[in-house]
Amino acid sequence: MHPTFSVIFLTTLIGVGQGLFLALFTEQSYASVNLLPGQPGAFYVTGSLIALAFLLGGLVAAIGHLGKPSYMVTRAWRGITQWRTSWLSRELILLPLVMFLIFLYLLFHYLGWEANPFGTTGVSGQLTLILGGITTVMVFALFICTAMIYASVRFLQEWACALTVSNYILLGGASGFTLATAYAAWAAPELVGFYAGWAIIITVLGLLSRGLHLIRNARLKGKSTLQSAIGVRHNRIEQKAMGMMGGSYNTREYFHGKSAAFLKSIKWIFLLLLFPLPLLLLWAGMDGNKGMLLLAFIMQYVGLLFERWFFFAQANHPQNLYYQTI
Amino acid sequence: MTQLALVIDLNVCVGCHACVTSCKQWNTSGAAGPLFDDRPYGENPTGTFFNRVQTYEIGQFPNTETLHFPKSCLHCEDPPCVPVCPTGASYKRAEDGIVLVDYDKCIGCKYCSWACPYGAREFDEQQKVMKKCTLCVDRIYDETLPEAERKPACVLACPTSARLFGDVHDSESEVSVAIRENGGYPLMPEWGTKPSNHYLPRRKTRHKIHKDELLRVDNPLKKEDIRHEIRDNVSLDDWLM
Amino acid sequence: MHEAAKALAEGRTEVKNTTCYMCACRCGIRVHLRNGEVRYIQGNPEHPLNKGVICAKGSSGIMKQYSPARLTRPLRRKEGSERGEAQYEAISWDEAFNILEERLGRIRATDPKRFALFTGRDQMQALTGLFAKNFGTPNYAAHGGFCSVNMAAGMIYTIGGSFWEFGGPDLERSRLFVMIGTAEDHHSNPMKIELSKFKRNGGRFISINPVRTGYSAIADEWIPIKPGTDGALLLALIHEIIKTGLYDRDFLTQYSNSAELVNMDPNSSEFGMFVRTEVPEEEGCFDPQNKLWWDRNGNKPVICRAKGADPRLLGEFALSDGTPVKPAFQLLLERVEDYTPEWAADITGIPAVTIRRLAHEMGIVARDERIELPIAWTDVWDQEHQSVTGNPVSFHAMRGLAAHSNGFQTIRALSILMSILGTIDRPGGFRHKAPFPRPIPPCTKTGTGPQDVQPNTPLNGMPLGWPADPDDLFVDDDGNPIRIDKGFSWEYPLSVHGLMHNAITNAWRQDPYAIDTLFIFMANMAWNSSMNTDEVRKMLNDKDESGEYKIPFLVVADAFQSEMTAFADLILPDTTYLERHDVMSMLDRPISEFDGPVDSVRIPVVPPKGECKPFQEVLIELGSRLKLPPFVNADGTRKYQNYPDFITNFETAPGSGIGFLAGWRGKSGEKSMKGEPNPNQWKMYEKNNCVYHYHLPRSYQYMRNWNQGYLQWAQEHSLTRYDEPINIHIYSEVLQKFRLAAQGKSDGKQPPAHLRKRVETHFDPLPFYSEPLEAQLTDKQRYPLNAITQRPMAMYHSWDSQNAWLRQIHTYNFLYVHPTTARAAGIEDGAWMWVESMHGKVRCLCRYTEALEPGTVWTWNAVGKAAGAWNLDGSANESKQGFLLNHLISEELPASAAGAHLSNSDPVTGQAGWYDVMVRIYPAAPGEVRETFPQYPTMPPLPGTPKRRRWQSYFAGRFGKNS
Repeated sequence: MHPTFSVIFLTTLIGVGQGLFLALFTEQSYASVNLLPGQPGAFYVTGSLIALAFLLGGLVAAIGHLGKPSYMVTRAWRGITQWRTSWLSRELILLPLVMFLIFLYLLFHYLGWEANPFGTTGVSGQLTLILGGITTVMVFALFICTAMIYASVRFLQEWACALTVSNYILLGGASGFTLATAYAAWAAPELVGFYAGWAIIITVLGLLSRGLHLIRNARLKGKSTLQSAIGVRHNRIEQKAMGMMGGSYNTREYFHGKSAAFLKSIKWIFLLLLFPLPLLLLWAGMDGNKGMLLLAFIMQYVGLLFERWFFFAQANHPQNLYYQTI
Repeated sequence: MTQLALVIDLNVCVGCHACVTSCKQWNTSGAAGPLFDDRPYGENPTGTFFNRVQTYEIGQFPNTETLHFPKSCLHCEDPPCVPVCPTGASYKRAEDGIVLVDYDKCIGCKYCSWACPYGAREFDEQQKVMKKCTLCVDRIYDETLPEAERKPACVLACPTSARLFGDVHDSESEVSVAIRENGGYPLMPEWGTKPSNHYLPRRKTRHKIHKDELLRVDNPLKKEDIRHEIRDNVSLDDWLM
Repeated sequence: MHEAAKALAEGRTEVKNTTCYMCACRCGIRVHLRNGEVRYIQGNPEHPLNKGVICAKGSSGIMKQYSPARLTRPLRRKEGSERGEAQYEAISWDEAFNILEERLGRIRATDPKRFALFTGRDQMQALTGLFAKNFGTPNYAAHGGFCSVNMAAGMIYTIGGSFWEFGGPDLERSRLFVMIGTAEDHHSNPMKIELSKFKRNGGRFISINPVRTGYSAIADEWIPIKPGTDGALLLALIHEIIKTGLYDRDFLTQYSNSAELVNMDPNSSEFGMFVRTEVPEEEGCFDPQNKLWWDRNGNKPVICRAKGADPRLLGEFALSDGTPVKPAFQLLLERVEDYTPEWAADITGIPAVTIRRLAHEMGIVARDERIELPIAWTDVWDQEHQSVTGNPVSFHAMRGLAAHSNGFQTIRALSILMSILGTIDRPGGFRHKAPFPRPIPPCTKTGTGPQDVQPNTPLNGMPLGWPADPDDLFVDDDGNPIRIDKGFSWEYPLSVHGLMHNAITNAWRQDPYAIDTLFIFMANMAWNSSMNTDEVRKMLNDKDESGEYKIPFLVVADAFQSEMTAFADLILPDTTYLERHDVMSMLDRPISEFDGPVDSVRIPVVPPKGECKPFQEVLIELGSRLKLPPFVNADGTRKYQNYPDFITNFETAPGSGIGFLAGWRGKSGEKSMKGEPNPNQWKMYEKNNCVYHYHLPRSYQYMRNWNQGYLQWAQEHSLTRYDEPINIHIYSEVLQKFRLAAQGKSDGKQPPAHLRKRVETHFDPLPFYSEPLEAQLTDKQRYPLNAITQRPMAMYHSWDSQNAWLRQIHTYNFLYVHPTTARAAGIEDGAWMWVESMHGKVRCLCRYTEALEPGTVWTWNAVGKAAGAWNLDGSANESKQGFLLNHLISEELPASAAGAHLSNSDPVTGQAGWYDVMVRIYPAAPGEVRETFPQYPTMPPLPGTPKRRRWQSYFAGRFGKNS
């Protein structure tokens, strides 16, 4: 497939936003049972604002993926109608919903609504916890929807597996927790170790998931062949003309147009930027080194951009069988 | 239920591209139009077409077959492009099985095209919506046209009548008979999309010649009683008494 | 609903009938207009030619109509600018006509042959020829000489008819169809329609071609052959068919000259001529029935076709005066004796076993699947037949045979093969189309000497004709050519379509003489229609010592800006086919069907763009101004208001009743073929799908060379002059007459000494195989490969690169090479490479293909363009990656004993030997620029050409928001 930057930014930015929210809420959950020191509302408010900013960035990137920006206003609302069948529709519903819930979460913290509907059970901040819990479920649902947009296209065999889902969750989560670590270095230095620890764990899990995905895809055999594509049983078939010479949607949308060596180098770049380097920096920045932690996030995010580019480029659409020779 | 479809006879397709441009001209000025052309007189001209003819070579010299292969939307019975559409712009008509795009609902996200293994959809870079073969839905029900012309433009144009059009669910229709009797097959059956369009394979006609056919009593050479020259060398005739 | 539907609902729609012109096929079309703009072009279902279908080109007519290459104003080359630079200023039509009237008037009053009119792929040769003849110039021809004249001449000189407009395979009834040397052809939709039906009816289709594309793709069997060797294959097939007795003896006996006795006395001036019993009472262009057979019953000579006689086809006899004689068929047998399948296998690359099988298939199908139709008919000898029979083996061949310098004799061999199988104008075989069959050769003759070209006088004779013997040649007393292209001279005696491909070179060299004005209509002579393109472009721009152009004045009439228009001194903008009246006339090349004459017309469906004027109107205006007899009244006043008026009222002779159109003649349209002019004739065509189809009675539809009813009908309706039998020339006495002249054995015109050998060799009364001339003169060690072109079905020569839709299909071209051949030369698939002949070289892109005879390379014809031509952007792929093979092909042969400047053509007909070129290939060096070579400076758009759209969303005349 031809990687489009709108989608690369969309999926990576909202992944960071979702992950950051999960990090905030994880801390609040720990704190609510006193496993971690409680934080003032401002910590959640600023954190949620940052998460929202990433999500908003993702939304803006998504507009770039529409035919025309105006469709956002005139037609995108229709995107909610097909939730029964379309993962994209589901994502379109969930993304604003998640943003709205995070906004509420932010608002509640901002307004300091500390109501405890379940009474004094020893757990404080029940309202924001409930809201955060619901939001967490929705964030996971959004991760799944985003991933399933790709994993559900069975023709793209590189995508059509559970690892796509785990990748989206783990890599989004990892980038969010790494960002949270850097955020903590400024806003709550005592949490740096906690976040760094989780960031390392999730990044390692991400490496595991992505690594498995790479191994799986390397062994993948195309289900379709030129033989099944044109219905001729012969072991030697070659295309001689694809029907047009100046290119078409078929040649622009489904081909990355880069060499195999280029693809391979992108793979190693993303593996390096996404996993070992941020891990190293997280480890090294465990003492609260702001610069190092920020660099860890930036590096991991850039790694994610490469990863997502590779994710698209690696996917080999069966239609390509019909477009081998000009 | 009706399922309209094309049956493409590869046995007679000479690869002339008549279906390609007749489709373009009908549809660019029709209900599915306009169809964009970019750089029409410049470098790498490109445009929106609903149908293309490709060429393949099968085998090695001298046993090479050249195959011309027209491809457009196959109007799958179970079209994977439809459920993925977030806005409902992509749909399959219940009454005749045609898979269509409602341009007014399309947001141009291209997701439907990813979900088509055949590469049958084309994005119009000017109008920014997804487009595709409509089986000339604006022709086939048009009662102002003579009945014989209520067919897709490509079918009317095709000089070798390699394109048959009809209801593949009606077992007595021309297309069903053609599929049944000539080994019609779908493309990429492995995906279970159940394409409605079918292709008919190449079929060979051969003549068998029996040796006797060369030695017939009515051979005209027998009328010429060619007299051989008398040879100088001695024959048995000269010796036997 | 969206915009499109709304716009549709609002539009005012009309449907108008006319005739397509996206190629020369001439299908009926229905043009759908919305608010006066073209919305859809549909094949006319009621048209006999295409029966509703339409091809890729026809379907793209809209994009030709709105092409930015359209010329819309008369243009004059800017003073001080060079030819080729395309610097023009717009002038008025009146100025243009004044320039022409003054110049042409002066030429006509002094030496009319200094005016040369050559036309390209036009369909109005009856009119252009009429103009040239009445101007008085012999220098007129259309593109036939570089197209397929070998096909026309080879077949017409043998069977009195030919493929394409003149006849074709009866695929409806055929069982075995053999196509040779045909990629895509003009008669394209009818061929596709029939081929498909034929295959579905279980017919067997064999294609013989070095390349497997197009039609060949769907052949049941593809037989790859080395280019230029078809003659060897055909002769071997004849050998095998005769040897196995698979020929149709009865057919040959009665309907050909097979059994007629040839004088074999080498000392006689009649050597190689048929023995005649008496001098015929009337001399005409027909075969008098005064020859002899050797009757097997009486074992003596009898007059041919005598009742009850049964002639011998083989043997050697002596007449009572001792003259040794042989039946023509015996001579054929002797000729093919050594042409064994094994011999042909080495030459053609086809295994002998395949050649044998092919011969057996043909012979056995012809014999055993005989068709008998319950149609009674009477032959010219008054013999009544209860049925029409036929042998269902048919053939089609085109440029693959024709475009070789040995093509004439190859096509003679094909015609003879078709004849010995007994398939001429019979069901399932070859069928004629009116006005064919015509006498062998047809009666039209050119002038015969300088006296026939006189100032202010129409040419005596036609500019083009059909020589029957050396005295018909158009040469002076020394045997030098009268025509600028040297047509009908000893260099190319039977050049029945002229040699347009040599006109520019000869005019530039002023050999045989200098001309003043060269008028080119619709031919891209500065590009794909010329051999040796690069040099021809220089010649067009070349000046003598005094600074005068060697070709002083160059006029180009065309609808489109092209490589050619850049060289014109004066450009006249023609209309498109949708903007004008036209006739597909019985006087020209009509669109007849097997079952009877058909002609058709074009009627404008949209008004002319800008100042475009149909070329016919230009001719009629010029003819009137120059007072050429057909165009003026006795008092010198203009006779015809315009072209439609001319078509309605012109008669070949006063009161002849024969005009350009055969339908709805007579005062109220009640007559057909012949009748007084009908003022409402155009209207009647318009009402009837623009086509007139005369259905012959079934008994007139077959065996027309010998069908009394048909021949009498044809004579009555002036299709032919005689109702005499048109017997097949297995043995060609016409050719023998030229050979006798070359041998100095006859009294008439004699070839110059240096050409005697050439004429003697090639004017063989029986077909023979010889290597193409260029191959004979090429170092084949250095240039081992054949290079040929094929025409893609979606492109018509150079026309369609301006077409926004078609050029997306063929934006540039590759050189197709067999992988083994390419690898041996170190060239990778898709890489830049050089292809070089002894005349030039071209850098191009390589594409591997397995569907190709490995000793051949090929490419699509005329996809490559000069930068900026056809008003394409200078960066268009056509000029950067596309290439033209013409740069490798010379219009002249290397100097040899026969002359220094002989055309690279068939020595009999002057047919351009496009496919004779031999090449070598090698990879482009790594650092080389990645574009084709040669490149030319980008041609600028001309004044009046429409703006190039950068994008378009065409909707019934609208192009989207940018226009």
